[in-house]
Amino acid sequence: MSDLAETLIPLTELRRNQPRFRGLEAGHLACLGCGQALAARLVTEAAGPDVVVANATGCLEVFTTAWPQSAWRVPWLHSLFENAAAVASGMEAALKAQGKSSKVLAFGGDGGTFDIGFQALSGMLERGHNVLYVCFDNEAYMNTGVQRSSSTPHAAMTTTSPPGKVRMGKRHLKKDIISIIAAHNIPYAATASVAYPSDIRKKVRRALEIDGPAFINIHSPCPLGWGHDGSLSIEVARLAVECGLFPVVELERGALTGAMPLRAPRPVTDYLKPQQRFAHLFQNDPRAKEELEHLQALADHNIETYGLRGERPDPLDSAGADTVRRGGVRWA
Amino acid sequence: MLQALEGSQAIAQAVALCRPQVVAAYPITPQTHIVEGLARLIADGKLQCELVSVESEFSAASVALGAVAAGSRAYTASASQGILLMSEVLYNIAGLRVPLVMTCANRAVSAPLSIWNDQQDSMAVRDAGWIQLYCADNQEAVDTTIQAYRIAERTELPVMVCVDGFTLTHTLEPIEIPPQEQVDAFLPPFRFARVLDPLHPVSSGTLVSPEYYTEARHAHHQALLRAKDEIITADSDWAVLTGRASGGLLEVNGPDDARVAILTLGSVFGTLLDAREEYPQLGPVKLIKLRAFRPFPVEALQQVCVGLSDVIVLERALSPGSGGIVGAEVRAALTELSAAPRVHNFAVGLGGRDVPLDIYPRLLAAIQPASPVRFAILDVELDKLPVEDR
Repeated sequence: MSDLAETLIPLTELRRNQPRFRGLEAGHLACLGCGQALAARLVTEAAGPDVVVANATGCLEVFTTAWPQSAWRVPWLHSLFENAAAVASGMEAALKAQGKSSKVLAFGGDGGTFDIGFQALSGMLERGHNVLYVCFDNEAYMNTGVQRSSSTPHAAMTTTSPPGKVRMGKRHLKKDIISIIAAHNIPYAATASVAYPSDIRKKVRRALEIDGPAFINIHSPCPLGWGHDGSLSIEVARLAVECGLFPVVELERGALTGAMPLRAPRPVTDYLKPQQRFAHLFQNDPRAKEELEHLQALADHNIETYGLRGERPDPLDSAGADTVRRGGVRWA
Repeated sequence: MLQALEGSQAIAQAVALCRPQVVAAYPITPQTHIVEGLARLIADGKLQCELVSVESEFSAASVALGAVAAGSRAYTASASQGILLMSEVLYNIAGLRVPLVMTCANRAVSAPLSIWNDQQDSMAVRDAGWIQLYCADNQEAVDTTIQAYRIAERTELPVMVCVDGFTLTHTLEPIEIPPQEQVDAFLPPFRFARVLDPLHPVSSGTLVSPEYYTEARHAHHQALLRAKDEIITADSDWAVLTGRASGGLLEVNGPDDARVAILTLGSVFGTLLDAREEYPQLGPVKLIKLRAFRPFPVEALQQVCVGLSDVIVLERALSPGSGGIVGAEVRAALTELSAAPRVHNFAVGLGGRDVPLDIYPRLLAAIQPASPVRFAILDVELDKLPVEDR
């Protein structure tokens, strides 16, 4: 034990030697392979220490702040489920009145963003608050035990959209949140994926350079809710992008200004197969075949709409965007 | 200098004198004039303040919460459905110990829809953990609003200033608006101990296990009980500066030898003062104005009720299926007295029903029988109801 004690490095020194600032520290209680925890860390790394965070109720709030501990190194406030955007609006108004320049971030899950907090978010965007709202989209109410949200993909199984004799999972489509957000004509709206950390960092920095509301929806796998191994989170997230079901795009003032091209679009089944939530689509059932066709059509539609079909290898396409390359564009 | 001002305009001026940095509100009758008044002061450059015109009362309270957490003095106002819509946030503000001040322009709650005055809205959120102060007239509304900021910021508890809708908010009264220097002398600049500051990051609103929740609730309850002293000193300090007091926790008006008292909250107090003058032949009666409903001033109430034979509690809300809300609490407080007075409980003035002067003789007549009136709604006109509902 004495040997161990001698090798202990004080926390302050560890922090000083950390390559970059982390707003969300290790030691929180997220599940293995949690996409949201990774995404939140990447966002706070890119945003830096001069921020104030309003966090909606959800997994992120719960696994980071089990009193008397907290994993946050930035000022952080959790109020309620549906008001993160409004609380952030108030913080921004206050900082503006005080002549301070700290950036305000609002964090919510897809339930808190697409559903219950949607009105407050729309109000925040319409009023032009200088806030970056980040949605960690894991496509269901994971904190309460995997119930369907309006972000749950079509045909996915959740505890409130179970497949059965007369149902094949969720009957409705995933809400097209980014189009709705972009329709507010805000300066910057984007989607991102935890499979592309550099892209997340770049988008957060871009969003924070802007004076006005910005929104980023980050696709964040939930191994528990999606039913895949925790070690596969990045791979599954990457497949969602590569098949076209989760397009990675940027919209400025409502107009499409960027999209991550797909080097070679994959069939949706490559993405769906590793996930238990789509297992019923791979049974010998004519309805399953129909739903798979439906999902492929949705992916094709995305590829068409956003012009995702890349014609030749591009360093920033779906295969190259986050490969490590010395002196390259990784830290863009 | 006295000015003839509408209650809402006077409250807007009082809020402005407290130098809020963020005002967030959503329109609802009869609160709207207050925020309109503030908007004009901001538009004319008389108040430097961020006015956030939100998309719901839920967001109004949330914006105000965020603003205070980020270190700014803030304000919001609402009524009726708006209070109910923001009720989740009201609990949250109190639990987070965010010292916000808001006005409730008291109004009935739907259904049936009524835009008129009673106090069901603020009574519905009485357990939210806010301090609730009820104003008897518009001068009190002005003075109480200013005091509310000092009480809130010293106790780290939010304060709801309750003002009867229309009866006060839309009524012209001669009002003394204090000079800015007086308010500045009374109310120091806002400093929030747990401000969200990137240089000193704190996590606020965390998840607590059963090991800690009970303690948090205990601390909150104790803070409200301790706030009684701040409510009293804020009023007495303000009286030293201005010569005007609003009654601290409660105020008693009437002869010492009176054996009967009528207790009420809000503007009905003024009606009763006039009525007592109108009917001097009915003998000595004390009038008790309950200014602080939360914290509930049990000891002060017991003190002023010693020696009384009857206390009539008049309130403008009810708990259907139970009866009076204030009445039940008064009765509970007075049972601890060795010679507890009889408590009679009436709901009056619901949904804007007029509370005329002749209510005074009718009340005194109603308590003549030996058995106390546990609870009754006054002035119910049964012939308006189908037989089965009477």
